[in-house]
Amino acid sequence: MYKIDKYNELAKIVAEKRPANAALEPRRMTAEEKDTLLETFHPDYKKGEFTVLTAGQNKGEKVPTQLADLLQGHSRISADDVDLSNPDYDTDVLIIGGGGAGSSAAIEADEAGVKAMIVTKLRIGDANTMMAEGGIQAADKPNDSPAVHYLDAFGGGHFAAKPELLEKLVTKAPEAIQWLNNLGVEFDKEADGTMITTHGGGTSRKRMHAAKDYSGAEIMRTLRDEVLNRGIPVVDFTAAIEIILDKDGKAAGAVLMNMETKQLLVARAKTVVIATGGAGRLHYQGFPTSNHYGATADGLVLGYRVGAKLLYADTLQYHPTGAAYPEQIFGALVTEKVRSLGAKLINIDGEAFMHPLETRDVTAASIIRECSERGKGIETEQGVGVWLDTPMIEYKNGEGTIEKRIPAMMRMFGKYGIDIRKEPILVYPTLHYQNGGLDITPDGMTGVENLFAAGEVVGGIHGRNRLMGNSLLDVIVFGRNAGIHAAAKAKETAQPQGLTLEHIKKFDAELNEAGIETDTVSPKLLPNYARKA
Amino acid sequence: MEKMINIYLFGKKYEVPAGLTIMNAMEYAGYQLLRGCGCRNGFCGACATIYRIKDKQELHACLACQTEVEEGMYVATLPFFPLVKQIYNIEEIKPTEQIMMQLYPEIYSCIGCNACTKACTQELSVMQYIAHAQRGEYEKCAELSFDCVMCGVCSSRCPAGISHPQVAMLARRLNGKYIAPECGHLADRVNEINDGAFTSLIEDLMQKPVEELKELYNTREIEK
Repeated sequence: MYKIDKYNELAKIVAEKRPANAALEPRRMTAEEKDTLLETFHPDYKKGEFTVLTAGQNKGEKVPTQLADLLQGHSRISADDVDLSNPDYDTDVLIIGGGGAGSSAAIEADEAGVKAMIVTKLRIGDANTMMAEGGIQAADKPNDSPAVHYLDAFGGGHFAAKPELLEKLVTKAPEAIQWLNNLGVEFDKEADGTMITTHGGGTSRKRMHAAKDYSGAEIMRTLRDEVLNRGIPVVDFTAAIEIILDKDGKAAGAVLMNMETKQLLVARAKTVVIATGGAGRLHYQGFPTSNHYGATADGLVLGYRVGAKLLYADTLQYHPTGAAYPEQIFGALVTEKVRSLGAKLINIDGEAFMHPLETRDVTAASIIRECSERGKGIETEQGVGVWLDTPMIEYKNGEGTIEKRIPAMMRMFGKYGIDIRKEPILVYPTLHYQNGGLDITPDGMTGVENLFAAGEVVGGIHGRNRLMGNSLLDVIVFGRNAGIHAAAKAKETAQPQGLTLEHIKKFDAELNEAGIETDTVSPKLLPNYARKA
Repeated sequence: MEKMINIYLFGKKYEVPAGLTIMNAMEYAGYQLLRGCGCRNGFCGACATIYRIKDKQELHACLACQTEVEEGMYVATLPFFPLVKQIYNIEEIKPTEQIMMQLYPEIYSCIGCNACTKACTQELSVMQYIAHAQRGEYEKCAELSFDCVMCGVCSSRCPAGISHPQVAMLARRLNGKYIAPECGHLADRVNEINDGAFTSLIEDLMQKPVEELKELYNTREIEK
């Protein structure tokens, strides 16, 4: 039961119309309808929320205003603050970030026989990978193929993905699942070993593999366990705050900061992998976020300041279904799997106003339209939302489905007295994913020699929108890829000489020349949620 | 005017709005969190917390990001707990009863007090999954422990010094790798890809002009 009577009353309308809505197959939008909808209602199209960069590699391009501020901010240090001649850590491959991509990279680098090391500002596993609920795509069923997967992802990303990256994503997908399975990840399977797969928004085949609705958590904890078994050093509560270059301008390590003592440390490495994840905690356009605490775009800043180029940094993913109520979980992710299992999106009048499995950008824009122009949303304390008719899942698939397939969702709402098996839930888009990021080659290297990137910090794999289940996949495929290539490159690289932080001054000069006056220092590292008394 | 309540963070009293989670209440009180805060959504186990309501006996455990504050709540976070994780090579071990005995022999010292189950922030049957682990029933141990976020509260309450989340982690990996049925179509597909079965199909797509791809995309058949 909802604590607020109004919701219980409105939910009755949803229940009344459930049989009719369950039988309904809402029409999918035409390409033109989608284009118009996105241009009118998607947050990426709100011009006032973006700033054109005037310094750095992407000068002249627009990015979200909060990100521009950080990209065009000052370093936390000056070159004189650290002694680069006496490193605290010496390794072959330095991996910045302890999420799915960083851990995968570390395992592969270790497998290749080089010294790998992970630094992370929180703990290994404190990452968006841990929170991915719904699943991971791979075209491994007989009626599917990597080519079909390619077309789904390319179209879903508005034909903007870099073909050579997307090709790698889809052709390495089945191998990624096999690799995870061999590490002991428990995928949902039939008794004969057949993978239980479902649709995600924008997929044309059922290729979403899952581990209940703890898919990312199951993958992440297994990767973490493997990293620890291999004895790969993990330096936690330690952030990378500047990339170090060598005399030839190649990446050669990073300046680290102990998050608790603020002590500065130097890590020297032959190659560096940035795997720092996304940016949800920058709360673009004031949106709540489904992201973990450390998602503050650090890797974009680290890379940008040493001259790496960004791609599509102006496109973000707003997950259509963030929790709109109760306030304690406002913005938390309600997995797309809820819709994969048959729940529809319903407005205040009980109408299923759209096909529930359009791509995420289209679905988010459609919900925003329903709640704004059409005035068919349900008002909440934090704003507004639409219904996601979760009881429809069991109406269609039988009792017990929810507990078995989406236990985390049942628990999350259950804590606030809402039984999602019996009551629909209120949802509204939440800032979920950074589509853009560092531009890489198919080997995972950025525009800076020996500086690699993997995971959400990368841009171009998905284009301008990402399909559900392609991010967990990207993290594994490109995490491994970066580990393999960073290790190979480290093997042919001599101990870096002439370590320098000259780029800090150089970038400051560029800011100065562009007339940028700012007090901002970056990377941000953590959001400021402490209330100022 | 929102209703205010009194809570005690590490014994110190703060007045905070009712309805906040413990985590938000700490931030409302002015804490800039560093440890004890991860995903903020109940998946990572970073914010294990113990609390007791003033003048009541019972000790509770929870995740700070998933639990509402209550009047008179005495809160202590448990941002780190020294779990014991044994090192093993997943390729070399086998899902035998002996492996638990070798790696985590302390599970056989369980005295059946059930404190772990009572403390679990995810309401799992912790003692029961340890019993399955003792008997080498890794599939059952994996199933019962699946929703574990490895926060460590169970272990903090265990008189036998068991690191339950690590025991369960081992059981799940054994189950996922060795016990769960193998997936035939996955192995087949990996082989097909390695044999180049899809190479020309994809190369063909990669070279097509966007207009043609749009047409293909907009008219593609969608599996029911």
